Amino acid sequence: MSWITARRRHPAAGYAILVLGLLLIGTVYAAITEGSAGASAPPVANAKQIAYGRKLFVATCATCHGEYAQGQADTAPSLIGVGAAAVDFQVSTGRMPAAELGAENPRKTPRLNERQTHAVAAYIQSLGGGPPIPSAAEVSTTGANVGLGQRLFVAECAQCHNFVGAGGALTYGKYAPALTQATPTQIYEAMLTGPEAMPVFNNATITPAEKRDIIAYVTRVRSEANPGGFSLGRIGPVTEGLVAFLGLLLFCVLAAMWITAKQRKAHD
Amino acid sequence: MTMTGKALGGTGRWLDDRLHAAHGTRYLLRKIFPDHWSFLLGEIALYSFIILLLTGTFLTLWFQPSMTQIVYHGSYLPLRGVKMSEAYASTLKISFDVRGGLLMRQIHHWAADLFMAAIMAHMIRVFFTGAYRKPREMNWLIGIVLFTLGMFEGLFGYSLPDDLLSGAGLRITEGILQSFPIVGTYLAFFLFGGQFPGHVIIPRLYILHVLVIPGLILALITAHLFLMFHQKHTQMPGKGRTDTNVVGAPMYPYFMAKTGAFFLFVFAALALAGTFAQINPVWIYGPYNPVAMSAGSQPDFYMGMLEGALRVMPNWQTVIWGHTISWNVFLPALVPLGIIFTGAAFWPFIEQWVTGDRREHHVNDRPRNAPTRTAIGIAAITFYGVLWAEGANDILADHLDISLYSITWAARISMFVGPVIAYIVTKRICLGLQRKDQHLLEHGVETGIIRQLPSGEFIEETRPVDEEALAVLQSRPVHPELPPGESAESGVPAPGMRGALGKVRSRLYKVITESAPMEDGHGNGHGNGHAAIGDGHGNGHANGGQQPATVSAGDGSGDAAETEGSQPDPDADEPGH
Repeated sequence: MSWITARRRHPAAGYAILVLGLLLIGTVYAAITEGSAGASAPPVANAKQIAYGRKLFVATCATCHGEYAQGQADTAPSLIGVGAAAVDFQVSTGRMPAAELGAENPRKTPRLNERQTHAVAAYIQSLGGGPPIPSAAEVSTTGANVGLGQRLFVAECAQCHNFVGAGGALTYGKYAPALTQATPTQIYEAMLTGPEAMPVFNNATITPAEKRDIIAYVTRVRSEANPGGFSLGRIGPVTEGLVAFLGLLLFCVLAAMWITAKQRKAHD
Repeated sequence: MTMTGKALGGTGRWLDDRLHAAHGTRYLLRKIFPDHWSFLLGEIALYSFIILLLTGTFLTLWFQPSMTQIVYHGSYLPLRGVKMSEAYASTLKISFDVRGGLLMRQIHHWAADLFMAAIMAHMIRVFFTGAYRKPREMNWLIGIVLFTLGMFEGLFGYSLPDDLLSGAGLRITEGILQSFPIVGTYLAFFLFGGQFPGHVIIPRLYILHVLVIPGLILALITAHLFLMFHQKHTQMPGKGRTDTNVVGAPMYPYFMAKTGAFFLFVFAALALAGTFAQINPVWIYGPYNPVAMSAGSQPDFYMGMLEGALRVMPNWQTVIWGHTISWNVFLPALVPLGIIFTGAAFWPFIEQWVTGDRREHHVNDRPRNAPTRTAIGIAAITFYGVLWAEGANDILADHLDISLYSITWAARISMFVGPVIAYIVTKRICLGLQRKDQHLLEHGVETGIIRQLPSGEFIEETRPVDEEALAVLQSRPVHPELPPGESAESGVPAPGMRGALGKVRSRLYKVITESAPMEDGHGNGHGNGHAAIGDGHGNGHANGGQQPATVSAGDGSGDAAETEGSQPDPDADEPGH
């Protein structure tokens, strides 16, 4: 620590302390409010934000959803009453604006940034009703019951999303996506709004506390180590069978070929 | 003689005076085993089974086959406080609290997978080489029973941990039992001791898994090996190998060293897989709960074909007098695998009946030399493979971005069309390969040397195939043109060949014995090609060339057999080689 002692009377010392202090406060603040920084508190809708949202909506969404979000037959549903949560889910996962009309819109890099997304969400919310974007506290997994979350996930979600959220196929080209990238807010919004083929799990069927348990399970299991070695994708016995044939059996057959390659010379 | 030598000799004599074992042991140690890599496929299964017994015994020391519900307090944190059966809790204990437990569990499971994979590979090898023929039909049947037992042993084994996936498998098992007309419900209640899942199924499966079925498998493996030992191993065609000898290395020390090393290879493969590849992670599946289900719920691969049959089946049901017959479960559970196994079991006898071939066979067929058998085998594999892939239709749909129903419909069509195409294509390939062999026999190997004759004609020089290859090429069986008993001259069918059954047999005979003609009968082609090989050949084929061009396939075959017999002579005479 002698270098601090030696420099404590340096002309710049005071500024350095000030900068360090600001950094510290900033970091702590950021840590405390991290949830809202990542997923953001529901934007307090004001006329300016709504107007900005409407401008963005007309530019990026109206082609399909109509100038007043009234929707278009066979192409895009009406967005009146879907709520900010639905918009935030669709736009923040990059599913909207859609690249093409298909069975399922894949997750991709979002086109709009967070401020823009919230503005569009505020505009749609202003058209009437629908669930708002959940707050950081609502999606916080602090104190959540992972064990209960596991049971709930297996009972309600795994039949489509697989037991660890690795995803699965649905009918007619639709699929339940892998939950490897979904943020807590997005998982919450998905349960609340039921995007694509997913059913709506409102707060009566799965209470907000249970939703947090499920989020805790999903976010924990995807980072859980595989004590048995390589995970083989954690999609069940199909990849295990593949390894049994292409790994084990092939190895043993090659060994057999090697062992029998050298034939013993006949007596004659 | 040294002291030790005397002591050893003395002990040996003392033992031999009482056990008279020297004679038998010498016979045993001098037993000849032919060498071919494909003869070790069955050994993979045998060694996997030994490893299964050893690791399985280890697992029984901790596993609790009980469905009593308890609350988990073990060291796997995410499931603490969750209600589960003792079976599941003890599996978690083996995985996380018993030293080496997870490794043993994983080796056990990988060994089960390898056991079944090796049985399949071994069965395929035996079929395609015709090694099931007389006198080995019984061993073939024992093998099929072992395959079936292995499937049940595996199913019961992975059902024991009582995790979500295994519970789903048991639910399907219950459904299959229930689908049996009239007795279905009783059967299901009998196995599960009441309503699904009940409290007895795991203890019952446990005793089947650790005692009854392994006992049966062990007994049948013993019989299988004893028969193999007694009837002697088949050998691949080659120089000096006949139906009356066995060419190979003696048991001691050659075969013992090889097979001992091979056991270590199998063990190494399983130990590596058990260490580095996670299998059946029951802790992330969670305990079984009858209302829950996961996407990607597949059985282990050896049950995958049944799963696929279930998935491919349309939802057919009939209600007769208030009694529901669930064709949608009953048919897929029994018919597809039934066709494969029943067909496999009857095949050696069908083949024998049709060809009238009651001789003993100790030299294997090359797959190409039995085009129909090979084609039927590939067709069966195609049928099995389509349903197998369909068993993973959701995984395929998800990972290859194909619509689920497209895969199902593709499977529905290709399970019927695929085997037919496979049959035709395989048969054509086999016949083509036979023609290639025949070409090698008749014209020799192309040397790439072009020679100009004094007349100005260019010919390519060929050399005869070497002795070893010649023996392989000549191993092709010769079938008479007509089934035994039928006479070409009189045109009158033999007594056994009359009637509807006889006609069927006579038609099947033509299909089963279909082969490329032994000699193509192009007199001109022969003259040109053989001038270069040598005098011996030239003479041989000059005779052939004198035959009328319209020679029938049957006559040609007969002549070719003679030619084959005399062929080594011209080769030996040739000074140039």
